[in-house]
Formats: sequence, C-alpha cells, structure tokens
Amino acid sequence: MTGQLTTGQLSASELEKIRADFPILSRTVRDNRPLVYLDSGATSQRPRQVLDAERAFLEQHNAAVHRGAHQLAEEATDAYESARARIAAFVGAQPDEVVFTKNATEAINLVAYGLSNAAVAGGAAERFAVAPGDEIVITEMEHHANLVPWQELCRRTGATLRWYQVTDDGRLDLDSLELSERTKVVAFTHQSNVMGTVPPVAELVRRARAVGALTVLDACQSVPHAPVDFAALDVDFAAFSGHKMLGPSGVGVLYGRRELLEALPPFLTGGSMIEIVKMEGSTYAPPPQRFEAGVPMTSQAVGLGAAVDYLSAVGMDRVAAHEYALTEQALTGLSEIDGVRIIGPSDCVDRGGAVSFMIGDVHAHDAGQVLDDLGIAVRASHHCAWPLHRRFGIAASVRASFAVYNTPAEIDALLAGVHEVRRFFRVPA
Amino acid sequence: MKLEQMYQEIILDHYRHPHRSGLREPFDAESYQINPTCGDEVTLRVALQGDRVADVSYDAIGCSISQAATSVLTDLVVGRTVAESATTMDAFMEMVQSRGKVEPDEKVLEDAVAFAGVSQYPSRVKCALLGWMAFKDAVARAEAGSPDNGAQRTEAQ
Repeated sequence: MTGQLTTGQLSASELEKIRADFPILSRTVRDNRPLVYLDSGATSQRPRQVLDAERAFLEQHNAAVHRGAHQLAEEATDAYESARARIAAFVGAQPDEVVFTKNATEAINLVAYGLSNAAVAGGAAERFAVAPGDEIVITEMEHHANLVPWQELCRRTGATLRWYQVTDDGRLDLDSLELSERTKVVAFTHQSNVMGTVPPVAELVRRARAVGALTVLDACQSVPHAPVDFAALDVDFAAFSGHKMLGPSGVGVLYGRRELLEALPPFLTGGSMIEIVKMEGSTYAPPPQRFEAGVPMTSQAVGLGAAVDYLSAVGMDRVAAHEYALTEQALTGLSEIDGVRIIGPSDCVDRGGAVSFMIGDVHAHDAGQVLDDLGIAVRASHHCAWPLHRRFGIAASVRASFAVYNTPAEIDALLAGVHEVRRFFRVPA
Repeated sequence: MKLEQMYQEIILDHYRHPHRSGLREPFDAESYQINPTCGDEVTLRVALQGDRVADVSYDAIGCSISQAATSVLTDLVVGRTVAESATTMDAFMEMVQSRGKVEPDEKVLEDAVAFAGVSQYPSRVKCALLGWMAFKDAVARAEAGSPDNGAQRTEAQ
C-alpha cells in the first residue's frame, strides 16, 4: 500500500488460474456480456475453496460450537477455533485477540457500546468510561460504520465528536485538529472505501497515544488487499469483514489488544459469554468468548478461515502488487479522459485500489447504468460515506474497486465504458 | 439493449430541459424528500387553487431519471384537480413498480409512459418516484394546513 510496489506481480497465467477458482466470474450479465466485476469494495466474490469449506463443514461437522460433548460438537468447535487462529495469524494477532462478529459494523458497535457500558461496569472497566466534555475523534473520510456508532456514543455519554478534515486531493489534513487530554478515542480508516487513501496510521497512533486515547482502526478495505499486522501498527482495536476478503457474509472480526479486551465490558449478553449465572447476577467469560453471545456463525467463520488460507497462498504482498498495478492503470486511463474528475488522490502513493470519479456532470446512477449495460459492475452512490461526498460538493460518485481476481483487460473495459457514458450523455470534451 | 428502452429521448429531453424547475412563490406547502442510497434530493412546492393544482415548483439534485420524472410530473398535474393527479400518481407508481408486467395507459400517463422501461431496473424505481413522493407529501400538507417540512431539510443539511 505504500508507494513503489513493482515486483511480485501476478503473471497472466497465474491470474487466469486464480480467476478459474471463482465460478461467478465466468457468468454473463445483461444480454450475454461477460461480467466485469469492479465492486469488490462493496463485497468480494468467493473462490471454490471457500464455498467448498463451507459446504464440507455443513455436510460433515455441523454442530453448535462450545456446547455438547458429542463428536460433532468437538469437530465443529475445532473448526471454529482453528479458523480463529488462522485469521489471527493473518493479521498479526493472537487467537484470543480475535472476536467473531456478524460484520465490521457490529465490531465497531461492540467497542462503542463497551465504552459506554464501562460507565456503569466499575472495576477494570473504569479506564474506558467516557464522560460529558470528553472527545471522540474520527475523520471526514469515514464509512458510516465508523461514524454513526461514534455519534451515538457521544449522544449516550455527553462526549463531543470531532474530526480530522480531508484535503482537496483526498488526503487527511493532520493540521485540521489538535487532540487533547479529553480525547478518549481516535477512530479512523486504514484505507478510504471511496478514495483509496491510506492515512498515516503510525502518526495518528502516536498522537493518540500521546494523549492517552484509544485507537480504533477500520481495516475493512486494507486487510483484503495488502499485508496487515495489527500488532506492528500498534492500534488498540481494529475491525474488518469477511465478505470483502473473499469470505462469507455474516462474519466479521474485532481485533482488540488482549489487556483491553480483558477489561472491556460486554456488548451483547446471553448464552456462551458467561462464567457463572445466578438469579441474582452473573459473571462473564474471558475474551474472546465474552463478546460472542449466543450460538455464533460457524460455517461462515470456517469459510473465512479458508479465505485467509487462499489469500495467504497467493501471498498478500503479491495481491497488493497486483492491485497496485490495476489502480495505476485505472488512474492513468481515467485522467486521460476529458471531463473525468477523480475524487481522491490521483497518484498511487499511499493509496489502495478504490477509484471514485465523476464523468462530466453525469449523475453517478446514470453512469453506473450505462456501465451495467456493458456488463461492468461498479458502485454508484455515496458509498456509505455521505459526509465525504458532501465535502467534495457531490451527492454520489462512481466507484470502481479492485481485487486479486481483476485483470488489466477489465480496466480497459472500464475505460471504454467511461467513453460510452460520455457518448451516451453527450458530455462535452 | 434495455438501456435505450429506459433512457428514452423524451426522458433525456426533460432531463436536459426540465419543465417548471426552480422554487416559486406563492405556494401552500413544501416537501423535502431524499433518497438515502444515493443522496439525491428534491424540494418541491405545491400551490393549490380550490381543488386544482395551480403550480408545482421544485429544486432537485439527482440523476436523469429522478429529474425527468419530476419535470414530467409537473406537466401531468398542473391545471388538473388533486383527485385527477392522485389517479395519475397511482398509475405511475403501478407502472414503475410492475417489473414490466403492467401495460401503461397512455391516456392517463401521457409522456410519463416513457418511464415504463424503469420498471425493468428495480434499483431505479426510487429515482422515478422521488418527485412524486414529494408531490404527494406536499399536497397532503397543503390540505392539512401544515405548510412545510423545512425543519427536516435544515437538519439534514
């Protein structure tokens, strides 16, 4: 994700082999056009290896995990915990620092509600208490999932929400805000889902640490696309989702440093997450179980484990190099088309594979419709980052987002599609 | 190619040269509607004279479908009675939500039959209805004597 990745790219034959693993990529859409899937930032496609792992689990090992003494229950628990261990290793974490959630949104809410629950939990949780006058800091480029939960935390606690602004070229403006001793949380994206921008994580962590604030990293758009090591990044919490990284929907991950998870009060309560239950009150299991109330998603966790195996086999450095090349090709091509305005950095420095743009004054929906007619799947909306779009004076944009299975030919198809949009809507040169 | 079926020339004409756009006085009620999936918005005013729609004026940000639909809407309702415009709206909604299964009545819908192609694209139905939702809301407000939801608009911005 940093500047100069030029080595380790996938060869054409390797790419062909990868594409063959994804059944959906060979289908056609809209009058028999080959599918050009450039919406992996919204959700990625799953390889056979993931689909097979889900099916094999359900056909051979399905049972409720962490319950029952029978063989299937043991096998299901082993499969679930094995997936946790592999996923943890994939992001530089220990297994007990990985909590399964239904998605990244739930993971961030888990932290936000944990913090407000800390006010009444007492004991070790007191360190997390957020009070009136405290500050929660986010950025203007956040996905709603890393924005609305913090607005709600502020509403519940009387804290104030503040944010780093975004520069005209789509970078984080570190001078737009000073943290203070009242800053309790600094929550930010690892890669903008709209602009691809990778903010300076180390500097943000340093500033947060200096005032004793917790850091929460939205890693949804980084973990699927580049090597990520949460321990090395030194963040306190991080969230990502399964369905954006070749895995199933219905499973996400919260990473938390062990000592923090040990002190954080639970979010959802009920079965599985308890230690002792009496009519008068209950105590709770250590993490990660404390944060996994109820029977968890299981085939999804197993599928995500298989997705991590798949990505590891390709090699995340090579995934990153491949997507870097695609992004560079797209940025270069788009910038050569009259009337196209790229929202965000126009170079590849500290930038990942999400490219959002406007074509003249054609509305994103209309542009997306023409592309769809050509078989090209892009996102046309505010991409759940409405304040960011407002900051750039637009309601919506077209976003092409890339994954390991995309090809240079597909970028060419996108560029040809953009020309077709210009022709159809008579965009002046 | 379904694309040309949806983007009929008449729709693109209304998009490029919208009828009755801009907000005007006097008006009896105003409605602000938004499409949360894309951020498109419309502020629409209705002026009634007795049981007739005397004027519809609007300010909108949106795609060609939503802009053109609002423009066509004004052609269909201005000068008609509120009851007639309700009938037209029902026919329009039925058509765009029909997935192509309803044959539109050109006598009722006039130029709006051009939006029949939209019904093939479920994700665009909301676009075609944005202005109509504002019209429906504004007429209801005018009749109930609660002139606008401007407070909501201010808050949303």
